[in-house]
Amino acid sequence: MRPRADLLIRKARILDPGEGRDEIADLLVEKGRLVRIGASLDAPGAEMHDAEGLWLMPGLVETCAHLPEPGHHRNGTIASETRAAARGGVTHLCAMPDTDPVIDTAAVVRLIRERAMRAGFARVLPLGALTPGLEGKLLAEMQTLREAGCIGASNGGRPVRDTLVLKRCLEYAATFDLPVMLRPRDGALAAGGCAHDGAVATRLGLAAVPAVAETLDLARILQLVAATGVRAHFHQLSSGASLRLLRQAKADGLPVTADVSIHHLLLDERAVEQFNSLCHIDPPLRGEADRQALLEGVADGTLDAICSQHLPLSESAKLAPFPDSSAGISGIETLLPLVLHLVEQESLPLMRALDAVTRAPARCLGVDAGHLETGRKASLCLIDPNARGIPREEWLSAGRNSPWLQRELPGRIRMTVCEGKVTWLSD
Amino acid sequence: MRRSLPSRPDDGGGQAGAGHGLEKNGHNKGVHVSEPSADNLQLTGTGRLRNFLSIEGLPRSILEEILDTAASFVDVGDRSIKKVPLLRGKTLVNLFFEASTRTRNTFELAAKRLSADVLNIDITRSATSKGESLTDTLRNLEAMASDMFVVRHQDSGAPHYIARYATPEVAVINAGDGCHEHPTQAMLDMYTIRHYKGGFEGLRVAIIGDILHSRVARSQIHALNILGAKEVRVIGPRTLLPVDVEAMGVSVYTDLHQGLQDVDVAIALRLQRERMDSALLPSESEFFNLYGLTGERLRQARPDAIVMHPGPINRGVEIASDVADGPQSVILHQVTFGIAVRMAVMSMCMSGRETEESHAPQG
Repeated sequence: MRPRADLLIRKARILDPGEGRDEIADLLVEKGRLVRIGASLDAPGAEMHDAEGLWLMPGLVETCAHLPEPGHHRNGTIASETRAAARGGVTHLCAMPDTDPVIDTAAVVRLIRERAMRAGFARVLPLGALTPGLEGKLLAEMQTLREAGCIGASNGGRPVRDTLVLKRCLEYAATFDLPVMLRPRDGALAAGGCAHDGAVATRLGLAAVPAVAETLDLARILQLVAATGVRAHFHQLSSGASLRLLRQAKADGLPVTADVSIHHLLLDERAVEQFNSLCHIDPPLRGEADRQALLEGVADGTLDAICSQHLPLSESAKLAPFPDSSAGISGIETLLPLVLHLVEQESLPLMRALDAVTRAPARCLGVDAGHLETGRKASLCLIDPNARGIPREEWLSAGRNSPWLQRELPGRIRMTVCEGKVTWLSD
Repeated sequence: MRRSLPSRPDDGGGQAGAGHGLEKNGHNKGVHVSEPSADNLQLTGTGRLRNFLSIEGLPRSILEEILDTAASFVDVGDRSIKKVPLLRGKTLVNLFFEASTRTRNTFELAAKRLSADVLNIDITRSATSKGESLTDTLRNLEAMASDMFVVRHQDSGAPHYIARYATPEVAVINAGDGCHEHPTQAMLDMYTIRHYKGGFEGLRVAIIGDILHSRVARSQIHALNILGAKEVRVIGPRTLLPVDVEAMGVSVYTDLHQGLQDVDVAIALRLQRERMDSALLPSESEFFNLYGLTGERLRQARPDAIVMHPGPINRGVEIASDVADGPQSVILHQVTFGIAVRMAVMSMCMSGRETEESHAPQG
């Protein structure tokens, strides 16, 4: 970690999708603040970076990261995972509340913020629990958690089964205009499942999580959003049917946003062939038609953000027969390379793709980030779009649970600056 | 292809592409599960059997070799000395994570008739945390210099996991994994069908009952399609039919009467009591009324149709007593053939591996 720097980045292609900016220019950071973007800037004394041929863009914003502290030390630390984030060009990451203990007291929020601050690699934005212990029974102290630093309320991966409790949670959050971040999942329909209910799971004899487990709960929550007026963000939508519901809700003017994981945009149910536990993820990878629908959803903006659904796991978590292996992919380091891979495949236009990992997720989370604005602390990353690399060669996350570890992917992050501090620098 | 230490499964698999020269940090703690490569876990480089994990992925020639080899073993049981020395000096471990005395006994008998030493280990689901139980158990067993594991496990894919990551040096035979496959059962069923029908060309086969949870049905479907049966049908209520099962190459019937029309083979599956508890069926008696194999219904089938069942039978649930004991039933013969088929699979895996060792360059 270096002190707040004076940086002059010259002749970069500056891509700021939130502002619609795409130009070759210089960018000057002084005392950590972005002071100017323009042609032929001069700043004696500033550290100069010749960035010809490189792209300069806002730091990435991750909407859905599972940090291993407190409680899951075998899977890494806040320091190891935020360092991995910095390597991936990520400057802001939203941390899910399903830690152990869960984020349902101010003390846990403080612990997470303090460790993140001490590590200094990225801005961690914790979500507070919607219900104590994520048990789905009572109201958590949402406003207290917000005052301690939470940016929203969430029940993590666990559904609130009792619809009356859920309605009251949303009413209470709406009282204080606190956004809720929900992962739609009907507990009964999803119970025991580990794969999409399609031809592959049928042939492999894997218990299924049907797509309707997601759409049914999404429909229920949307009705409650309409009734309570709460601002809601949906995590990790996985099916075309969910997308249609969301599209209608947005057309009706409901205050809703959503993200999808990069893995669901690139992989389908066939990825679990041969019982590949590295592709065991929740929600499961669905059919090819779902994947195509999700891509269209990102392209037209119905799905606002693309997340990495970062979940580092220890070695033993994946060394088990598929149904007994833990679900999750350590994804924060491959988020940008995989987004560039989608662009390379012409699945998404460049600016929309970059918007989906910068300004759009910041808007979903209600935080001021993901854009290059003068006068503010600089959060940005500098990437070489033409370099290609194999992620495992300099992998930093403590979890090596990624199906992308040995794939050659485009894009190399040369520098990351988070709130004025250089958090990653590489040749 | 070399598969090295089980503690570092990442080295196996022969990943294509760049990066190999850079992997110096093999001892890096986190290095683990690599992507399963497209290579066939079950066959050697020269196409011989080395593990028997699933019917899926095996060529017709291997299935026929199993049937032919089994035929040569059938009369071993009729001799006064019921042993052949093919596996003398080899150690076979019956590794049963799910209780099943019947299946285990047939494997034990098959191994002993091949002169192998047999160790039976029953490990019912223990209280240890996720994943550890299986991996740790296997590492302990490695020390016993076993040559072959016969594995039954409640999780689909467990034998694949063992063969790929845990003990690549040991031949693995799947004795039933979750709802995935039960390939030796399917092969003894194929043996039975070939014995009574002479072959598979032109045959219509119906599989009746709980397809959703049946590993036997999945293996049978693959085997029948590979061996060239004309049509494979599955018959059951929609709560017991898996999604997109048609993609496995079957026609789906929900009406037993229609589904049995002109079939040459009718296979009734065992119905587990738990299906009622999990609201998949209302009652055994309603199931029998709708899907039980009775003499009257069997008249829809061809007059020379045979009736099969993987056992143990629930009389009056999936099959009527008079059908199970009737002239068209070949259920008891299935058991006899089961030992010969298992002997065939064991001896083929072992000789496949021995040729592999003698041919493979080291390193």
